[in-house]
Amino acid sequence: MATNTAPGPGEPTTLAGKAAFEVDDRLIVAGPVRRTLNKVFPDHWSFLLGEIALYSFMVLLLSGTYLTFFYDASMTEVVYEGSYAPLRGLDVSAAFASTLDISFDVRGGLLMRQMHHWAALLFVASIVVHLLRIFFTGAFRRPRETNWFIGIGLLVLALLEGFAGYTLPDDLLSGGGLRIFSAVFLSIPVIGTWVYFTVFGGDFPGEVIIGRLYILHVLIIPAILLALIALHLLILVKQKHTQFPGAGRTEHNVVGNRLFPTFAAKATGLLFIVFGLCAALGGLVQINPIWLLGPYNPAQVTAGSQPDWYIGFVDGGARIFPPWEIVLWGYHIPPVLWGALGIPGVMFGALALYPILERKLTGDTASHHLLQRPRDVPVRTSLGAMAITAYVVLWISGGNDLIADKFDISLNAMTWFGRIGFLVLPPIAYWATYRLCLGLEKHDREVLEHGIETGVIRRMPSGEFIEVHQPLGPVDAHGHGQLAYGGASVPKKMNQVGGARRAVRGFFKPIEAPADVQRQAELEARGLEAEQASRELTRSGRPSEGGRPQDPRD
Amino acid sequence: MTNTHDRPGSAGGADESGQLHGGPDDDYTPEQLGAMDRTELDRLGARYDGVEVLHVEPAAPAGSALEKKNTRLVTNWFLLAALFALAFLVVYAGSGWFLPDWEWSVGSSTWSSIYTPLLGLTFGASMIAVGIALVLYVKKLLPHETAVQDKHDGSHFDRVTTGATLLSGLHNSGLPRRKALKGALGLLAAAFGAMLIAPLGGFLKNPNTGNPLGTTPWADGLRMLRDDGTPVRPGDQEPGSLETVFPAVEGGNTAYDAAVMLIRLRPEQLTNLTIPEGQEGYGYGDYVAYSKICTHAGCPVSLYEQETSRILCPCHQSQFDVTDGAKPIFGPATRSLPQLPITVDDEGYFVARGDFPEPVGPSYWNMGRLG
Repeated sequence: MATNTAPGPGEPTTLAGKAAFEVDDRLIVAGPVRRTLNKVFPDHWSFLLGEIALYSFMVLLLSGTYLTFFYDASMTEVVYEGSYAPLRGLDVSAAFASTLDISFDVRGGLLMRQMHHWAALLFVASIVVHLLRIFFTGAFRRPRETNWFIGIGLLVLALLEGFAGYTLPDDLLSGGGLRIFSAVFLSIPVIGTWVYFTVFGGDFPGEVIIGRLYILHVLIIPAILLALIALHLLILVKQKHTQFPGAGRTEHNVVGNRLFPTFAAKATGLLFIVFGLCAALGGLVQINPIWLLGPYNPAQVTAGSQPDWYIGFVDGGARIFPPWEIVLWGYHIPPVLWGALGIPGVMFGALALYPILERKLTGDTASHHLLQRPRDVPVRTSLGAMAITAYVVLWISGGNDLIADKFDISLNAMTWFGRIGFLVLPPIAYWATYRLCLGLEKHDREVLEHGIETGVIRRMPSGEFIEVHQPLGPVDAHGHGQLAYGGASVPKKMNQVGGARRAVRGFFKPIEAPADVQRQAELEARGLEAEQASRELTRSGRPSEGGRPQDPRD
Repeated sequence: MTNTHDRPGSAGGADESGQLHGGPDDDYTPEQLGAMDRTELDRLGARYDGVEVLHVEPAAPAGSALEKKNTRLVTNWFLLAALFALAFLVVYAGSGWFLPDWEWSVGSSTWSSIYTPLLGLTFGASMIAVGIALVLYVKKLLPHETAVQDKHDGSHFDRVTTGATLLSGLHNSGLPRRKALKGALGLLAAAFGAMLIAPLGGFLKNPNTGNPLGTTPWADGLRMLRDDGTPVRPGDQEPGSLETVFPAVEGGNTAYDAAVMLIRLRPEQLTNLTIPEGQEGYGYGDYVAYSKICTHAGCPVSLYEQETSRILCPCHQSQFDVTDGAKPIFGPATRSLPQLPITVDDEGYFVARGDFPEPVGPSYWNMGRLG
């Protein structure tokens, strides 16, 4: 094709425009780029939880790469000669010595190390909270089961990655944790001793485990994590986001902001805030001070040893499981298998299978893009509360010695609390959550029927006092609202329906003319009325359709 | 456009993109597009992507007091971020130059102990300020746009045609008919897969040769040494005290399974002493020696409460009674701590009379069945 010398109609005239055309001539990317920029993202704070996980993973990759340049994954014994005087002259492993060097002899190294550790805690925490959001709103339902499975895989890998990472310094605390892990390997029936010898390259602790954990921690697990995260996001983009029910939102659309510029700017802002939070914590809040713990020694342990928070529930399981050792024809199955491997196994297994179980039990095989409010699915919400309660009991039991010490409670009583609480509290949580869900749902329906409580008390001519209610929509002859509950949030306060005037902005002096603000508010109120009128709020009697418009496109 | 067909390799025919490459360029001429303004073009493109902009709440009008205030706010946050970044650089690079040294040592200056906190504070504050500035930019300076995008279900046409392409490929390969070929491929897949994972065999170590899990470095006549390598005499310890001792062999004090608690019992403990069957004479006078490795998960049991004669493992709170053969009395442990038979050698130092009679540490499947 011949190139025109003079720009035709619509041809770019600026340098940047010309350059963009040149690029598109070669790569033909204008279409896909436009589609990406136009992609609509729903606007709700709970959709940012997964992003926090993604951004803390980015912090982990960057700070972790920095640390690899100084860390020596070797168990060779060296004499520590670094800056930290109290440990100087001690026989330590090269891994421990190099971690001390990062902390004391690399400029800004301690900041990087602590930032990495804090980001790891935040990474796992945000994955867990993200998972709970997905669970309680039913976002795992068809067609998103695959992403749920990938998410569970990511969580398990994140735990393993975290464990491998905090074992690398080869200090007294992590060495003790590794020893407990070795006991868990040993407890596996039939192949336990083989697994143990294979992992440690012989008897514990051997000479190879730190090097093996290192390659797992910096290459193998991160590579799998990265691949799974990419797949997770690709599927997310392909399937588009879920959204909460509300005005104009249907199973066939996404209402929100376009990627560019609104969502991109907000997401980038969140990235910076997450990064900054990790950095601030890394500098200001000490974490894992291995110089106070000392190098690993199999004959030593500190009282009150605690793993990172996300391993605590495994430790709790090992602590509260009763001393039941099964001996069959002279072969042993020790209790640590059930406490430290069985409970997490059941937990992750149940999590992974949940979407399939729910499909089987409810018979709901339809595709869902609108989320559910937890109160509208009381059984699922209560099951979730039950699981969380069991988890929290295990987690508290993981630190039962600290609680016993600080609150001057008998240690044995704390263990018995864990044993009994693990069995008794979850059903109570199920019952309480179930009642709570029904109560909340009932109140929503009540407000739809009777209107919002205004707080205005009126005395009737008969002498009777009544409270005036503000109906949310048209009412019938008896004054009852005709809105059906549609799974969306119901306003409960007058201010939420424009009961209060908008404040005039300006801190020291008003920077808006009060008259303009008043006019704007009136306009907005009219807009609201117009919007209300266009909604199919009153015509539909079916609850599943209530409050939602007809699909405008079909 | 040229329609000459004399180029090498050309088989003739119009050298133009065919019908299939059409699309929006056929709907809109460059002239039509040129006549549209930026907003119209933006909305047009969005419609092609299934996006409709429903509602735009404009930002504060340019030049208004509100806009000026909002701009100042966002600008100040960006400025603050820049200032914190500069402060980070000053602290990071200035230490040891025009600021005191950053290297920390016991008793060194205040500066070195606030160096890392200052780095974290400035780095974090700079990043967080950028984040806040960006969020405020969106909230205060950008128009608030509400857009709606269509969500499409899968296309039946796509499924059927893709399936047909795959199936015709499979049909043409003849695999469904060629049973022997299919069998060979199946065998290949199994053997090939096994071959690829076979090198993992390099990791395997036999845990059953020489019974490494059931034995420790302890042996008859080995002296019991403290961590610093000094031997122990019966008179060295007060009644009620505990000392951790190791076998007098190379690496004895770093072996994971060799640590032993040498406990001198108090007279009242001796009167309540229960000696388990088969362990008569394992102690020496008022001394008993038990493995320090917990039988639950292998932690060193370290906390000895002499009033109650209990040893507590700080990892999972198993408790053992030293006056009852170190039997577990609470917590998850199931087996007693193994007892080491001890005596005193000619020079009056403690020695072992052999290895532990049973495996030390956590239980495992074939425990006690070897050697």
